[in-house]
Amino acid sequence: MKQDSAIRLILLGLAMSSVAALAVITLFIFREGLPIIFRQGPGSFLFGSDWDPGAEPAAFGIFAMIAGTFAVTGGALLLGVPVGLGSAIFLSEFAPRKVATILKPALELLAGIPSVVFGYIGMLVLSPFIRDHIGGSGASVLAGSAILGIMILPTIISISMDTLRSVPRSYREGSFALGATGWQTTWKVTLPAARSGLVAAVILGMGRAVGETMAVIMVTGNTALVPKSPLSPARTLTANIAMQLNAAVGEHREALFACGVVLFVIIMVLNTFANWVAKLGKRA
Amino acid sequence: MLEARNLKLWYGDFRALNGVSMSITPNAITAIIGPSGCGKSTLLRCFNRMNDLVEGSRTEGEVLFEGKNINDRRFDMTELRKRVGMVFQRPNPFPLTVFDNVAYGPRIHGLASGDALREIVKKALQSTLLWDELGEKLEAPALSLSAEQQQRLCISRLVAVAPDVLLMDEPCSALDPMATQNIEELMLELKKRFTIVIVTHNMQQAARVSDFTGFMLLGDLVEFGETQRVFTAPRQKKTEEYITGRYG
Ligand SMILES: Nc1ncnc2c1ncn2[C@@H]1O[C@H](COP(=O)(O)OP(=O)(O)OP(=O)(O)O)[C@@H](O)[C@H]1O
Ligand SMILES: [Mg+2]
Repeated sequence: MKQDSAIRLILLGLAMSSVAALAVITLFIFREGLPIIFRQGPGSFLFGSDWDPGAEPAAFGIFAMIAGTFAVTGGALLLGVPVGLGSAIFLSEFAPRKVATILKPALELLAGIPSVVFGYIGMLVLSPFIRDHIGGSGASVLAGSAILGIMILPTIISISMDTLRSVPRSYREGSFALGATGWQTTWKVTLPAARSGLVAAVILGMGRAVGETMAVIMVTGNTALVPKSPLSPARTLTANIAMQLNAAVGEHREALFACGVVLFVIIMVLNTFANWVAKLGKRA
Repeated sequence: MLEARNLKLWYGDFRALNGVSMSITPNAITAIIGPSGCGKSTLLRCFNRMNDLVEGSRTEGEVLFEGKNINDRRFDMTELRKRVGMVFQRPNPFPLTVFDNVAYGPRIHGLASGDALREIVKKALQSTLLWDELGEKLEAPALSLSAEQQQRLCISRLVAVAPDVLLMDEPCSALDPMATQNIEELMLELKKRFTIVIVTHNMQQAARVSDFTGFMLLGDLVEFGETQRVFTAPRQKKTEEYITGRYG
């Protein structure tokens, strides 16, 4: 008994310290980043289209980066969601069980590949391909979206498959027993029953895309302009921070932390929304 | 109507049916009884080929439906299951509204839409005596109903596609005694329009509602005949032991 409570205390301490570490980091980011947002005014910071820390006076408008982030993320979803949901549906509903049990962990391994490797492949193969066969300089929103689209697949597939598998077999049996085909059963019974979990999978994939840094830096060209087409270069919030923080001082440094605050809020909103949707489904 | 001929079924290497032959009489209730694990559900699921969904299962022998072998590759599965419906042990309405549950079958088979569909749904709910309770609540989620209502809804869902045969696998085992009695009465009513095969653990239930009874043991159909006769004058010793409660 005594030992038990000692172990409990130790575990509690460990848990608390990780929570505390996160809280400290969060506080730090907000303390460093918030002042400049309010000094400059949230409107001009968020929607100002000029980012020029070297100018006199320096300009800190991050709209181009917000646009870049959403353009690259949106493109990634356009690619990753159909492929990811399609794969999950195929693996959980149509593939022989053996195939699914081999492929799912294999796909989850994708998540373990360092993003710099994805970026490298993008730089070496994808960007030149886009330059030679589609147009532009190759370093583009399209390249970033394609790479991110692949990188979010493990998240989307793995969560979607878990959701689909948790749909009771009795629903499918009831549908088959009425003469429905596999596809009708999936479309009209299984997917609606799994809807909230699938939405959560997509949102978490989106969170992953918004937060990805390395691969994006390597393939998007990093130009701080609002992208005009999928072939234009773009810079994301994460890339902006990662590339400049090293040399930034004073206001510039504050502005980069403010980018962190914006990112933090975006990801918090996405995760909260995903949790909420997932819970909604459990209650119904 | 339905006839099994020397039906054998394997789950992997395990043989669950050892050559069962039985003939189902139209517009009557046929009960299949027997101890747990003897193959009652397996046999029932051969009549609408639900065992096809079990990976590694293999069937031999024939099941004739209107003279045609449903185990034949060419037999249209969609048509078979439309005409031979199944009610499960646990009520399993879809997580949709009451209306969408009943309309599910007619919709996937393209039977009706609009007013005609609403009429089918109404008739189906009336035939299971749910209309009076739920006629005003068609948009309620089916999962919010009581267990008995859910089971009735599952029966309505079948009735809506106008099948010929209703297969019921222990349809009352998740229900309380009152609900069980109600479903039994419903079965007697439905028998006028449908051919019913019911699997049950409950011998009293078989005796109460069925016209024919088959007794199974370890994958064999030990005895099959009119319910009255099977219960009062069993021909096999094992049947007698089972119905007098001396089995095992
Ligand atoms: N999917 C399956 N895979 C392997 N074996 C199975 C499967 N389904 C059933 N069995 C086996 O086949 C035998 C018959 O099972 P079945 O479900 O038909 O019995 P039952 O008479 O309906 O039993 P109960 O009264 O418990 O429902 C049992 O020994 C069971 O373990
Ligand atoms: Mg059973």
